[in-house]
Amino acid sequence: MTAPAAAPAALDLAPAPGAARTSRMVLAQTAYEVRGTLRNGEQLLLTLIIPVVLLLLFGGTSLLDLGPGPRVGFLAPGVLALAVMSTAFTGQAIGTGFERRYGVLKRLGATPLPRAGLIAAKTLTVVLVEALQAVVIGAVAFAMGWHPHGDPVSALLLLLLGTAAFSGFGLLMAGTLRAEATLAAANLVYVLLLAVGGVVFPLDRFPGGVRSALELLPISALADGLRRVLQDGAAFPGGPLLVLAVWAVAGLALAARFFRWE
Amino acid sequence: MAPPLDSADAGAEAALVLDGLVKRYGSAAAVDGLSLRAERGALTALLGPNGAGKTTTIEICEGFRRADAGRVRVLGLDPAADARALKPRVGVMPQSGGVPGTARAGEFLRLVAAFHTRPLDPAALLARLGLTEQARTPFRRLSGGQQRRLSLAVAVVGRPELVFLDEPTTGLDPQARHATWELVEELRSAGVSVLLTTHHMEEAERLADRVVVIDRGRVVAAGTPAELTGAERQLRFRARPGLALDELLTALPPGSAAKESPAGHYLVEGDLGPGLLATVTAWCASHDVRTDDLRIERRTLEDVFLELTGRELRA
Repeated sequence: MTAPAAAPAALDLAPAPGAARTSRMVLAQTAYEVRGTLRNGEQLLLTLIIPVVLLLLFGGTSLLDLGPGPRVGFLAPGVLALAVMSTAFTGQAIGTGFERRYGVLKRLGATPLPRAGLIAAKTLTVVLVEALQAVVIGAVAFAMGWHPHGDPVSALLLLLLGTAAFSGFGLLMAGTLRAEATLAAANLVYVLLLAVGGVVFPLDRFPGGVRSALELLPISALADGLRRVLQDGAAFPGGPLLVLAVWAVAGLALAARFFRWE
Repeated sequence: MAPPLDSADAGAEAALVLDGLVKRYGSAAAVDGLSLRAERGALTALLGPNGAGKTTTIEICEGFRRADAGRVRVLGLDPAADARALKPRVGVMPQSGGVPGTARAGEFLRLVAAFHTRPLDPAALLARLGLTEQARTPFRRLSGGQQRRLSLAVAVVGRPELVFLDEPTTGLDPQARHATWELVEELRSAGVSVLLTTHHMEEAERLADRVVVIDRGRVVAAGTPAELTGAERQLRFRARPGLALDELLTALPPGSAAKESPAGHYLVEGDLGPGLLATVTAWCASHDVRTDDLRIERRTLEDVFLELTGRELRA
């Protein structure tokens, strides 16, 4: 049986330009970025697998002394903080750094998508991926007997400020360093802050002076703030909120000032 | 009575007007007082050696770079100040890159299509450029030629009025080059203004309504391919090496020139009047010289290009 080869459809190339509505462009860019993130194996390792493994490992064993109360009550907020950092900072810095290096940001700059629209899409992507992380980490934690309490609005505010702070510094790194340097530095910062940011290792094991300094890190402020709310039932923990707000303002201002598109 | 057109109005009629454009990197001027005009609906080719300022010029038009001096009007608009209005109307194919390595070909094309109100059908465009089977292939795993074709598709999917194509066929095999040429010719027939840069003289000769030759950041010649190659013609033939050209010259009209290069290949230039061919063949017959491959032709664009820009190698 033979079928006639399908002739390529005729293309009407006559000019008919027009920019889609900004909301539609941002949604298209967001859908595209979310798909790309979920397909990226290394990024999934960073954003989902490592946090879940840490939760299972330290929650299911007595490798570390995590203080009084159920182990998962201490771990789940720290792992949520790590999840925020992995997506807003590490993943975003590396992804955007390579987009800049390969001229993608410049190329997109020639399309009708405004730069603010691109930033909005990247932010939406971060928030959607974080929501997915929260669902997965929450489900694992609940299965391990987690009973969070406290004020959900306080927890959301902490997550939001943490996201803003980490995004600011992630974009600052992506927009100023070479892509390879960003790759190395973003991973290094991830590992360092995982180790000394109160994610799974309690900060009260450090000497007093060191501990006070470490508490000023955004990851510590986010982990500690989430613990105060979800473990201890506090509302609007002032110290952590203030630390995160300062990091957020500084990071976003520096990124806005120094980010280079190519 | 209609008021006289001032230069700004005249600029609105053209696809592109550049006037006294200057762009310096450090102390070196990449573009040094460049002026040109590209008409709407026409295909204008920018020719020039490497480093002549072609890409810098095109990137200023695209709004990627700011000129240090001079005036730029793209579709009558300023590419920096009127970027928002201009971007939907202009398609851009950069010389390289621009697509994320992990993005799938079809996915990225559909993304850019979604930025426009009446885009081309991405699937039909992929089919047209022979990329249907690569629709789900990540960009970094496409061959060089496939990457160039996808980049062309991205430039035209929004149905622009004007497209900038920076070396669209570099690295393409002959089939892909012809497919690209056909699409570019179709764009022009559909009324799209095209500005392309190229190193291929054949490409410029085949496609361009107008050719602008750039060297050292300035326009050194401009015109239709026919105007540039001029009325001057030349007679070429092959014969046994070592003919006595001095003797041949005495038979030719004054002002003619003849040379042998390489051995056995002869070139006669000058006033190639109706009798010249007969004079040469008669001279050859009387000297018992067999000629081969004898022809009268115009100079090629490549001859003109090398004459204008010299033969030394560029960076």
